[in-house]
Amino acid sequence: MMLRLAALLLAPTLALAQGTINVGSKRFTESYVLGEIVVRTVEAAGEARAVHRQGLGNTAILFAALKSGAIHVYPEYTGTIAFELLSLKRVPGIDELNRELAPHGLAVGVPLGFNNTYALAMTGERAAALGIRRISDLARHPELRLGLSQEFINRRDGWQALRQAYRLPFNGVRGLDHGLAYEALAGGQVDIIDVYSTDAKIVRYRLRVLEDDRGFFPAYEAVLFYRRDLPQQFPQSWHALRRLEHRVPAERMVAMNAAAELGAMPFPKIAADFLATPGIAPAVVDARTGRSMLGALFGDDFWRLTGEHLMLVFVSLVLSIVAGVPLGVLAQRAPPARHLILGGVGVLQTIPTLALLAFLIAALDRIGTAPAIVALFLYALLPIVRNTYSGLADIAPPLRESAQALGLPAGARLRLIELPLAARPILAGVKTSAVINVGTATIAAFIGAGGYGERIVAGLAVNDHVLLLAGAVPAAAMAIAVQWGFEVLDRLLISPGLREAARSGRHSG
Amino acid sequence: MRCDVFCQCARYSAILRTFRPARPARIVPTIKFKSLVTLDSVSKAYGGQVAVAPTSLGIEAQRTSVLIGPSGCGKSTLLRMVLGLVQPDSGRVLIDGEALAAENVLRLRRNIGYVIQDGGLFPHLTAGGNVTLLARYLGREPAWTGARCTELTDLVRLPAAALARYPQDLSGGQRQRVGLMRALMLDPPLLLLDEPLGALDPITRLELQDELKAIFSRLHKTVLLVTHDMNEAAHFGDRIVLLRAGSIVQQGTLQDLLTRPAEPYVREFIRAQRSVLPEVPA
Repeated sequence: MMLRLAALLLAPTLALAQGTINVGSKRFTESYVLGEIVVRTVEAAGEARAVHRQGLGNTAILFAALKSGAIHVYPEYTGTIAFELLSLKRVPGIDELNRELAPHGLAVGVPLGFNNTYALAMTGERAAALGIRRISDLARHPELRLGLSQEFINRRDGWQALRQAYRLPFNGVRGLDHGLAYEALAGGQVDIIDVYSTDAKIVRYRLRVLEDDRGFFPAYEAVLFYRRDLPQQFPQSWHALRRLEHRVPAERMVAMNAAAELGAMPFPKIAADFLATPGIAPAVVDARTGRSMLGALFGDDFWRLTGEHLMLVFVSLVLSIVAGVPLGVLAQRAPPARHLILGGVGVLQTIPTLALLAFLIAALDRIGTAPAIVALFLYALLPIVRNTYSGLADIAPPLRESAQALGLPAGARLRLIELPLAARPILAGVKTSAVINVGTATIAAFIGAGGYGERIVAGLAVNDHVLLLAGAVPAAAMAIAVQWGFEVLDRLLISPGLREAARSGRHSG
Repeated sequence: MRCDVFCQCARYSAILRTFRPARPARIVPTIKFKSLVTLDSVSKAYGGQVAVAPTSLGIEAQRTSVLIGPSGCGKSTLLRMVLGLVQPDSGRVLIDGEALAAENVLRLRRNIGYVIQDGGLFPHLTAGGNVTLLARYLGREPAWTGARCTELTDLVRLPAAALARYPQDLSGGQRQRVGLMRALMLDPPLLLLDEPLGALDPITRLELQDELKAIFSRLHKTVLLVTHDMNEAAHFGDRIVLLRAGSIVQQGTLQDLLTRPAEPYVREFIRAQRSVLPEVPA
């Protein structure tokens, strides 16, 4: 007891002296919960401070973050590593995975004790009534109706392969949206659906998950995915983490998921309960109902998220203006560079956001604000460059020549005449970029850069629509406010001589 | 047909002789005027299309010369060559004896006033802002600039209040007056006007023609004016240069063109607009 107290008191100094373990997690409930368990386990070991970089996504981003050292460890599944990262055809054992991962400086270990894979499920009552426990039992019941997700129906290792492996008698299956499948099952419209084996709704709808008695589904065994140097760097922490091995059976995971999604219990609390009483599942109360939207909207984190969101949008926007306007001028002045510049910023726009973020994490060796700002900067370039170029190119030739004829040097012509004449389209381009940035910045939460996206990502992760809206609504309001703000700027910055002309139809000269 | 500048001068002297007492034939360099601008065998083609065939031309100092001809005859191209807005493919442009080049083009442009159709005013600046733009850029004293502005509003008869308005809020005639003020601001010796009255209604046009002519003669400027209107050419031109398809057909006084047409085209061109001219011999 005295020792623990001393450790607590010393913790901050120790943390400074001994460094930090950054723990990642993906943007779904189970990953948040496991990430929190890892964080608390590390902190309890007293060797290092643990920081939870939560809700990062997708797998490629976490892989990049892990390789770069931005995070040290995160919970992952063997199947995901084998298929998505190593492009293997099957899921090998942990030893073989480690041989494949060694060149990347990464390793997997500490199997937590459950599998999160596809499974078939039916209501507990009906399963009991028909005496069905295993998938092979289904062969005796060709009258059962299946409602499967499109993804499961269409995967190579999905429904068709499963039907052949078990010689199942069903011919027609209904394609159902995953979100609706549980309701359809509860309503008796279908008898069997596909689920993820640790889905919280298994508890809520009291489902029986059928045993995969022929081992058809690939193993998505939950493990810790970590940097190979973690055990040497933090031996005590690693020792503590290893004690999590086989401590999380599937039922416990389902219960914890349900506590988060149905009971709206905070992740740290779930993790603390787990570490305090391993093995005993907490009772789940559906605490979602009756929560007020306003309360969620103006939660404690509202101003922090607003500040972060504004910072992301405007820092990247200023950078885009500083780079974009000169690029637009260059595109207009130098025809050889034109296609390169306009084509280049156009191509940037087509890169999927998550792919760009994954690339930037690798390139910058970090997650969080910096790669998010760079990504937003790159996306904001196109409207600014394009409008600067076209605004300058659209200046009537007689005006351009009048400016030259005055005897002003090129720089002064640009500053005193051409840019002011093109100010309106340029400002419109900046406005477009700003509004787009407000929307795109929500994705920055996927790499831990904060902003309203944090609520959206968390809301998506735990199927909490109120939380999701509490992120989406202020983002939309900010977009409208930015739009309005630029209209005010237009009045302040654009010469009345140009404004009237635009209102009453453009006169030449 | 190539004709160099000396040949051109010889033609001038031939023209001059017809109106002045005969001079001893020996005195050949009889240029009675100082050629402020000289176009020396300049030519220009756009994508194989000839805009200006090799052409030489001298512009008499302190007089008004008019370039006239149908659309596409190259008259505006010649004018813009003088400002260096169009680079000739061959030949050179001399302004007061100095060949126009990249090094001196800014300085020379500041000694030339340029007025185009509808004034060519910058819509984002007020009339006053347009007039004083270059003076302010060059760092002239605000007091000097203000005084010069007042002087010019009197000269072009523009209400002082109009200086605070944006070009779109001015009438066509006012825009043209402001354009002229901008051109005259630094008191350049040379004025280039490209269809300056082209966008005006006939009454305003007539009024401004008279005023401009008075201003030019009062200020003793060298003026080169482009128009397609023979009446306007006759009104302004001490010397008229008729062009067709990038070449000079004839140059001289109105009288020369009327009485001694170099070829039938000259008569044809004048007759096509004869309704506003007194008597055109058939």
